[in-house]
Amino acid sequence: MDYIPHTADETQRMLSAVGLNNPSELFHMIPSAFLDPEIEIPTPVTEMEIVEEMEKAAQKNEGGSMVSFLGGGAYDHFVPRTVNALISRGDFYTAYTPYQAEASQGTLQAIYEFQTLLSRLTGMEAANASMYDGASALAEAALMACRVRRKSKILVSAAVNPQYRRVLRTYLEAQAIELIEIPHTEGITDLGSLKETIDADTAAFFVSQPNYFGIFEPVDSIAEIVNHSDALLGASVYPHSLGLLKSPGEWGADIVSGDLQSLGLALNYGGPYAGILAAKQKYIRQMPGRLAGRAKDRDGNPGFTLTLQTREQHIRRAKATSNICTNQALCALASTVYLTLMGSKGLRSAAERSARNAHALKDHLCKINGVRLRFDRPFFNEFVIELPIPIQQWLDKASEENILAGIPISGAETGSKEALLVCATEKTNPVDIDRYSHLLSKMIG
Amino acid sequence: MPLDANEPTIFELDHGGEGRDWFPAPEPEEEPINSILPTDCIAEQAPDIPNLSELETVRHFTRLSRKNFSVDSGFYPLGSCTMKYNPKVCEALSGLPGFANLHPLTDSQFAQGTLRLMDALSRSLAYLTGMEAVTLNPCAGAHGEFCGMLIARAYHKDCGNNRSVVLVPDSAHGTNPASAVMAGFKTVEVKSNAEGCVDLEDLKKKINEDTAALMLTNPNTLGLFEKEIEEIARLVHDAGALLYYDGANLNAIAGIAQPGDMGFDIIHLNLHKTFATPHGGGGPGSGPVGVNETLVPYLPTPVIEKRDGLYRLDYEKEKSVGQLSTFFGNVGIALRAYVYLRLHGLEGIRKNSETAVLNARYLKKEIESMIPAFLPADCMHEFVLTLKDKDRFGDLNAMVLAKNLLDHGFHAPTVYFPLIAKEALMIEPTESESKQTLDSFVEAIKEILEEYKTDPDRVRNAPHTTPVRRLDEVAAARQPDLVYTCPLCSV
Repeated sequence: MDYIPHTADETQRMLSAVGLNNPSELFHMIPSAFLDPEIEIPTPVTEMEIVEEMEKAAQKNEGGSMVSFLGGGAYDHFVPRTVNALISRGDFYTAYTPYQAEASQGTLQAIYEFQTLLSRLTGMEAANASMYDGASALAEAALMACRVRRKSKILVSAAVNPQYRRVLRTYLEAQAIELIEIPHTEGITDLGSLKETIDADTAAFFVSQPNYFGIFEPVDSIAEIVNHSDALLGASVYPHSLGLLKSPGEWGADIVSGDLQSLGLALNYGGPYAGILAAKQKYIRQMPGRLAGRAKDRDGNPGFTLTLQTREQHIRRAKATSNICTNQALCALASTVYLTLMGSKGLRSAAERSARNAHALKDHLCKINGVRLRFDRPFFNEFVIELPIPIQQWLDKASEENILAGIPISGAETGSKEALLVCATEKTNPVDIDRYSHLLSKMIG
Repeated sequence: MPLDANEPTIFELDHGGEGRDWFPAPEPEEEPINSILPTDCIAEQAPDIPNLSELETVRHFTRLSRKNFSVDSGFYPLGSCTMKYNPKVCEALSGLPGFANLHPLTDSQFAQGTLRLMDALSRSLAYLTGMEAVTLNPCAGAHGEFCGMLIARAYHKDCGNNRSVVLVPDSAHGTNPASAVMAGFKTVEVKSNAEGCVDLEDLKKKINEDTAALMLTNPNTLGLFEKEIEEIARLVHDAGALLYYDGANLNAIAGIAQPGDMGFDIIHLNLHKTFATPHGGGGPGSGPVGVNETLVPYLPTPVIEKRDGLYRLDYEKEKSVGQLSTFFGNVGIALRAYVYLRLHGLEGIRKNSETAVLNARYLKKEIESMIPAFLPADCMHEFVLTLKDKDRFGDLNAMVLAKNLLDHGFHAPTVYFPLIAKEALMIEPTESESKQTLDSFVEAIKEILEEYKTDPDRVRNAPHTTPVRRLDEVAAARQPDLVYTCPLCSV
C-alpha cells in the first residue's frame, strides 16, 4: 500500500524527461556497495489489516480501560469532544511551522492566544509557543535562569516530581551546571536547608506547586528566602490547579514551567504532551523556543508573525538560547481550544471538583484501620498514604478488580517506608471511590 | 465570511459570558472549597479566561484554520521539511481509546499493546537504517540530536578522553551546532567544496584528537549525496571520533541504502518527515535515535526490554546518558509511524524514496531553464535554486518569488537556506505529488517570471491574495507584542 499518484506511464515519462530508463538509475551517485541492502522488515499490509492489528493491540492495553487513580505528572481529566474535532482539521494538523506568516495566520494567531492564556494562568508577562513536556521545560527554564543570572548553579526541591529531576540532571550535567537538591521535610521543601544552601552563585531555585506529593508548598516563605538572594524563583506547575490556586506570578515566581497535559490532552502513555515556559518580560530575550507576536502588514492591517527569532537555532546556530526547533504546537493548540471551551468558570469548577473528589477519597481511606496519610498536610488532588500491608499486594489485588490503585513511592522518596500516591480528578466517580475503599478495607480486614 | 477578514482574538470575542456548567455543582451538604483547601493558596478570582459559547469557539478556530496553508489543501514544497501526505488512517488508529487512555505509569503488564508496538517500531527503524538499536524517547529531531551528542560525550568520557569539539559542515541545519552546544561541546565548521559536499582537505585540517564527532546530513541540505562518504567515515574513525547522521533527509534513501552501512555510528530520524506523521503547525514530532553496537549501553532511559514474555521499562542502565523527557517521548506519534511503516513495508518505503527522488529530479529539470540550480549535479529528493544573478533577475529575489508562489496557490519553498547558497530556494516535492501538480508549479514560476517583465511592482509587492500581506517583522521584534492586553484595561 502506498500513496503515490503516478501511473506507470507517467513514471516512465518523467524518467525519460530526466534522461533515464529505470528508477534504479536515479541512485547512480550512491556507491554501489551500499545499494540494495537486505532489510528484514515485515511485508506490507492493507489498511483493512492494519486496522484489525491496531484494534487488537489497543485491547492488549488493559490499563486503558481500568479505573485509574494514577497521577504523578499525568492526569485523567475530562476533555470535551470539541477539542479533538477542531484540532483534527487538516488545515491545522497538516501545516508546517509558521515561517511563512502570510500563509500561516491561523496557527500564528492561535499561538498568540495560547501565549496570552498561559501568561494569564501563570501570572507571567510572557509565555512561549510550547516546549516538549513538563520535565524538559523545567530543564530549559533552569538553563534560561543560568543565562539570565550568568551563574551555573541550580537548586531544586526534592519534592519536585522525580521524573522531572532526572531530566533536569541530564540537561544540566551536559553543560557542567551544578545541581543541588534541597531535601523535603515531611512532604514540603526544607526551608532551613534552602536558606543555608542558596548563595551568591545560585542562578535559581525550582519548586513545584502543588508538589509531587500533592502538597501545597509554603511558597510565600520560599519566595521570601529566594528574594533575599540574587537567585531567580522558578516554578513547575500543574496548570489544571491554576483554575483555583494563586498563580506563581502572585507568589513571586520569575520563571514558570509545567506540562500542558492536564489542559485538554489525552494520556497517550506519556505523550505527546507539551511544556509550558513563561517568564517575566525582562527575561524574554533569554527565552528558548518560538514566540508569536502581533504585527502590522503593509496595508496597516493587523496580523501575526514569529518574532525575536534571533534567539533561535535557525538564525543564531551555536549561540542560540536552545536547540529546540519543532515543539508541540498541535498540543498547545489543543490546550488553547480546551481553555476557550472551559472558560474561567469551567476551569475553576474542574479544579474544585478534582480537589473535592480527592478529599472525599482521602476521608474514606483514612477511616480504614491502619491506613494513614504519610504527610499530614494540606493537599490538592493527590495524596500519599501508608498501608498496613505491602503496597504491591494491594496494587495486585486492586488490578484484579480492574483498578489502578496508585503509584508506589519508595521509602527513599517519602523519607520513611514505601507508600502510595493516589490521585482523583473531576472524572473520579463516587461509586469508584466507594469501591476503592471497600476493597482496601476488606483486604486489610 | 471572506478568508482575508480579520478574525478577532478570543479575548476580543469575549462579551462577558457567564460560562457553562461543565461539572456538577457542589451539593448543598458539601463544604465550601476554602474549608477543604488552605485559603491562602486559593486565588480570589477565577483566572481571566474568556467564557465563549461552544459555537463561538468552534467558529473562531474553524476560521483560524482556514487562514492556514496545509498539505491537505495544497502543494507544500518546503525543502528539508518533507511535507508529504499524512494518511488519515494513521491518525485514526493512534487515537484508539486503548492507546489514548493509557496512563504512562500504568504497570507495564497492563500496557503490553503499546509496548509491543514501540518495540516493533524501534526494531524496524534499526533494520531499515542498519543500526543495532533505536530509542523512541526523543520528542523531536533536535531532541534526538541532543540525545545523540550526549551519547557521543558519554562514550568518549568512558574511553577516558573528554573530547570537546564537534565538527559541523557549513551546509548543516542550525539545530546541529545548537544541539552540540546543548550537550556541552564547542563546534567547528567544516567547509563545503565547489561540488557542494564536505571539503575533505578542510576536514583533514580540522579533525584531531579533540574531535568528538562529525555531524553529517546525507543527502546534504543541497540535496546532494556525499559521494565521499566512505573516505569521510574513514577519516572520522581514524581520528577516534564518531560519525553522526542527521536523518532529516532520510526520505531520499530509506530502503535504498543504510546509514549504518556507510559508517554512521549514531543517527536520528524525524518521524514527522520520512514516516509521514503530521507536522501539526510546528509539532509534535518525534526524533528516534539509533546507535551501533558499541554505543547501545549509552542509550537514554527508560529502555524497553522483553523478559519472560513481557515487555517492561528498564530505568536502571548504568552507562545511560539519562532521561530526556518526562515519560517516553511522543508515543502517540510513534504509533502513527508504526502504522505507516506497516502499510508500506520495505517495498513501499523504497518506492517512496525512488518517487521522491524522481519528482525532485523532474521538477529541477523543468525549472532549470528558467532559474539555475545552485549546483549542476544530479539531486536526490530536493534541490536548491539560486536567484543571485541580478542581471537576470533584478530585484526578483528568493523572498519575492516565494511570496508570489503563495498568490499562485502554492506554499513557498524554503528560502535563504542552506546559508552557503545565495538567494536560495530549496525545493522538496516528496513522493506524494502528482506530475500534474509539479507541472502546474512549473507553470506558476513561468507566469511569475513573465509578470515581473510586465508588472514588476505587483510582483515585488506580493502576496496580494493571502489573509494578510507582508508583515513588518522589524517593528514586531523591536516592540514585541506577545500577549493580548485589553485596550481599555490600560487606560
